[in-house]
Amino acid sequence: MFKSISVRRSQGSQYIPDPRQAQPAGFRGKPLIGEAACAAGCGRCQEVCPSRAITLSPVQIDLGRCVLCGDCELACPSGKIGFDNDFKLAATEREGLLISAARPHIDPVKVSAELHKRFGRSLKLRSVSAGGCNACEMEINALGNVNFDIGRYGIDIVASPRHADGLVLSGPISRNMTAALQICWDAMPAPKLVIAVGACAISGGVFADSEGVDRRFLETVKPTLYVPGCPAHPLSFISGILDLLGISS
Amino acid sequence: MATGQSLVLCDLRQEAPLALSVFIGQCAERLHAGERLLALFGRSEEGGGIRATAVFHSPEIPARLTVLRGQAKAGEHYPSLTVEHPAAQSLEREFWEQTGLHPDGHPWLKPIRFEGARQQQMGEYPFFRVRGQEVHEVGVGPIHASVIEPGHFRFMCLGEKVHHLEIQLGYQHRGVEALLLGRSPWSLTPLVESICGDSSIAYAWGHCAAIEALADMPGGLETDLLRGVALEMERIAIHIATLNGLATDIAFLQGGGTYGRLRTAIINATQRLCGNRFGRGWLRPGRSRGLAAAQREELLKTLRDFAQDFAGINELMLASHSVRARFQGTGTVSETAAREIGLVGLVARASGIAIDARSQLPGRLYDRHPLPMLTESGGDCWARMSLRMREVEASLNWLCALLGDATLDLSTRHAQHAQPSTTPPALRPHSLCVSLVEGTRGPVIQALETSAEGQLLHYKVQDPSMPNWFGLALAVRENEISDFPICNKSFDLSYCGNDL
Repeated sequence: MFKSISVRRSQGSQYIPDPRQAQPAGFRGKPLIGEAACAAGCGRCQEVCPSRAITLSPVQIDLGRCVLCGDCELACPSGKIGFDNDFKLAATEREGLLISAARPHIDPVKVSAELHKRFGRSLKLRSVSAGGCNACEMEINALGNVNFDIGRYGIDIVASPRHADGLVLSGPISRNMTAALQICWDAMPAPKLVIAVGACAISGGVFADSEGVDRRFLETVKPTLYVPGCPAHPLSFISGILDLLGISS
Repeated sequence: MATGQSLVLCDLRQEAPLALSVFIGQCAERLHAGERLLALFGRSEEGGGIRATAVFHSPEIPARLTVLRGQAKAGEHYPSLTVEHPAAQSLEREFWEQTGLHPDGHPWLKPIRFEGARQQQMGEYPFFRVRGQEVHEVGVGPIHASVIEPGHFRFMCLGEKVHHLEIQLGYQHRGVEALLLGRSPWSLTPLVESICGDSSIAYAWGHCAAIEALADMPGGLETDLLRGVALEMERIAIHIATLNGLATDIAFLQGGGTYGRLRTAIINATQRLCGNRFGRGWLRPGRSRGLAAAQREELLKTLRDFAQDFAGINELMLASHSVRARFQGTGTVSETAAREIGLVGLVARASGIAIDARSQLPGRLYDRHPLPMLTESGGDCWARMSLRMREVEASLNWLCALLGDATLDLSTRHAQHAQPSTTPPALRPHSLCVSLVEGTRGPVIQALETSAEGQLLHYKVQDPSMPNWFGLALAVRENEISDFPICNKSFDLSYCGNDL
């Protein structure tokens, strides 16, 4: 009894009061592309990029592909690329995830009045990992822990697709999961939405070129929210979904 | 080669591979002599043949890794090793699935992951059938109730009692091994870190060590120290995630809340050091990311604070009657069974088998800074839970001793290869390098073979989960089906590591 109380006292209050204002120390988040000129003929960043996220002249990073590994920053001889700890990386349009010197910010997530009305007080989500490496899955699990506590905003992960309003998709969609993913989606009652979590779900990530991946599911279903990262940081997920649903924190 | 090194580099120029029958014969002899078969794999050669490789761990002192090579014609048959040595069952199944070489007499010849031409044939898995008037089957998955990777479990039950569980995997197969041959070997680490995303460090270390060995540019002891720090941070984080899951699964809510928060402290510390909560970007071949004095001090403080709270919640959990009632005697795998089916890593140690590469193949780092070999004798959920707690404590002590030792310089000022080079060196031609790292779940094995031009010809990956999944199937036998979740969580195996 006393032991339990002492553990509880030591636990203290651990929730992040306002996730939008959090400062994750050290997080390698949003890429920064400077104005420095590239050395002639240099394409080192593109060579080392594991997920073909970088295009040249001008240098542009696609956050839908980027795994935030930071290898381009180390490879660049001109110091043109860096990263800061900004975790607000989510977007509602795929094209909104492109970053360059001329366009240094991601398009902010637009509040949807319709989604706010329908799901602003309660959103139930079903998670499907389709070829994920268990990192995004662990971060999705972390959403419910005492730190991030997404349940306080009425957002919960549920056990059955029948109870779900949204499908949280992680992984590049392995061919062996295509049938199960489709069955799960079909089992969810409309209205319903898809949230693509992590570089794999958004673009295939480091697995985009694999023959073991079949992404045709996303040709028929367009995600309502894209949450970049590898894995997606819980703060990126929370800030994105709160912005989308117009929930104040 | 250093004593007890967990890496072996073979020159293949003078190689005379054995004919398949001789190769398998020698494998059987080694198994009879008590050696452990760690990996068995093959690749197609030009002209249609198969080049086979077997990796053994010899128990003699000093322990070492040994490699056998064989050659076969496509579609050849051979007498299955599994008949006498069940520990080879998953390795032979994978060998058959990837090469087509047929183990005659294999009692359980079913696909490991439905790769290649078998993709999308998940519905055709040949399940074992238990017959009887009151026998019923329960199928679960591939998609499960919580946030977890996909896999199918088929329980064959009599009432509440599980007679047998069959586990069908492969849903996570995304063609990792083929992708590893598609890029420069020097920019593969981000992909390697995503093979099994909760073991990024173990994989990245084994990968870096192999690439560096093939490029003749071994790092110094300082590099090993920094990688060792990263690996124990990962072990702590993942063991705690499992403890959190175990507590939640039996509704021991204070455990769930406290372990969840404690894990956050560890992975946020990892993020402060390398930019990512899972340690991605921390390790790269030919490079060391040092610890500045302030970072080292901050990490030490985090770990000391953590240790105190961790001890508190462990004490509470171990003393709780409801926790004991659920975990003790549940999901037991005897030492004999564990040895027979070739369990590895933590779950083997929880059944009383003393195997840990950090102690048995210590190499330079663990020779100087040893970690204790920890085992439990129960083989049940309780043993697997307690062992995770003790392993975290051992990792904490090891980290605190290392970080607190002022004579150790971890700043990489003296590292042999602190600077990234612009033109990465070529890899040795005609070579095979096998590396082994004792990750959270057990030995992560990576084997890289180069061509005459020094290009990667074959990249074989093996997660400790592959041989261990069968252990879970044995653990739930004669248990209630409602105890499956805690059995599963106490093993906490990787789906994507198995499926590749």
